Amino acid sequence: MSAFAALLARDIRLAARAGGSAMLALGFFAAVVTLLPLGIGSEARLLASIAAGVLWIAAVLANLLTLDRLFQADYEDGSLDLFALSPLSLEGIAGAKIMAHWLTTGLPLTILSPLLAVLLHLPAAAYPALLVSLLTGTPAISAIGAVATALTVTVRRGGLLLPLIVLPLLTPVVIFGAGTVLASIDGLQNGGIWFLAAFAGVTLPLSPFVAAAALRLNLSE
Amino acid sequence: MFAYANPKRFMEVSAPLLPWLAGATAVAFAAGLYLSVAAPPDYQQGDTVRIMFIHVPAAWVAMMAYGFLALASLIGLINRHPLADVAAKQAAPLGALFTALALITGSLWGRPMWGTYWEWDGRLTSFLLLFFLYLGYIALWNAIENETRAARAAAILALVGVVNLPIIQFSVQWWTTLHQGESILRRGGPLIAAVYLWPLFIMAAGYTLLFFTLLMVRMRTEILQRRARTLAMGGPNAG
Repeated sequence: MSAFAALLARDIRLAARAGGSAMLALGFFAAVVTLLPLGIGSEARLLASIAAGVLWIAAVLANLLTLDRLFQADYEDGSLDLFALSPLSLEGIAGAKIMAHWLTTGLPLTILSPLLAVLLHLPAAAYPALLVSLLTGTPAISAIGAVATALTVTVRRGGLLLPLIVLPLLTPVVIFGAGTVLASIDGLQNGGIWFLAAFAGVTLPLSPFVAAAALRLNLSE
Repeated sequence: MFAYANPKRFMEVSAPLLPWLAGATAVAFAAGLYLSVAAPPDYQQGDTVRIMFIHVPAAWVAMMAYGFLALASLIGLINRHPLADVAAKQAAPLGALFTALALITGSLWGRPMWGTYWEWDGRLTSFLLLFFLYLGYIALWNAIENETRAARAAAILALVGVVNLPIIQFSVQWWTTLHQGESILRRGGPLIAAVYLWPLFIMAAGYTLLFFTLLMVRMRTEILQRRARTLAMGGPNAG
């Protein structure tokens, strides 16, 4: 098994097992979406009009919650230093970790989202758009999140700093993701999905390099 | 260029330059403010048109400051130049201040003209994001204790955030919502009468000079602080 695949498998196992973040993120996602109608009011028409935004924001927040585990835990127990010594380049390590993070966070969130959309009375016409937009946008969240966590990996309690850094960079994903779903309710296509795809298409290939540069400076000492 | 840009040389060059820069700032503001007040009230906006003279230059300088910060970050990252790191670090709070100024004056202008303090329009939103980018940059600098490491990390963040600049610039073309389109740097010449254009440009010069004056003061302070710290620790470069 190549080093890349081994690291990918290890991260997925870690996330899936007890104390891992995959189930926690899903639980958080479901909890936010459940709490919202209780606070805002459960009128069906109101919920239907905000469902897209709620699902997208909850998905971003759930991702944020798990981001600090991307490099932080490995940095603290020293395994990141060992990975850096392995034949796999730091770029490869970052790539494997981004992929593992998406497979254990973005993908399960996407799969769970239609179920929660039912609770929010999202109109049936919007389900394909919801799935496609989440499937396209969540990899970009993992990619940008990896850059930000790599930058803050040495910061103690970096979890508080992370949202301030990540959220401004993630706004295009939320705008076009939720925008696509909203437009599809009325049977329209506003082109948002293409912006989303372009955003993911730029950030995904670039982020391993930027994250590796950030890791390199943080590990050098 | 870099031979002249070591911190010691910078201190020598900037000391006599600073009073001139400060003086030029004062002159530009005096002329700009006089012309701003002397300009006739607009036939539609009345006296509120004068807000333009403090709002638009603030927004320009806020964006220019980010461009400067990103350029300094790039130089700091590639050439490992300590002065570039100092420049980037000290430009950030100033940029955040000008961004806040642009947002506040814009909102005060929006209330009488648009009937609202805030609208989630493309340019307003992207400008608010610029403010958060500045805050994130400053927070990252403060969070990492090792100075060289903080400089590199913050530089990477600054370069990632550069994508927001074209979004701000073109937001008024991409989303035609409330904020007016480009009316000065456009093909076919500005859409503003000369009586308003002149005070605007002079105020812009004043804001830019103010930015660089304050930047120079802040950079000098930072370098002096570092020297004081080295002295206190009895380091090799003390003195």
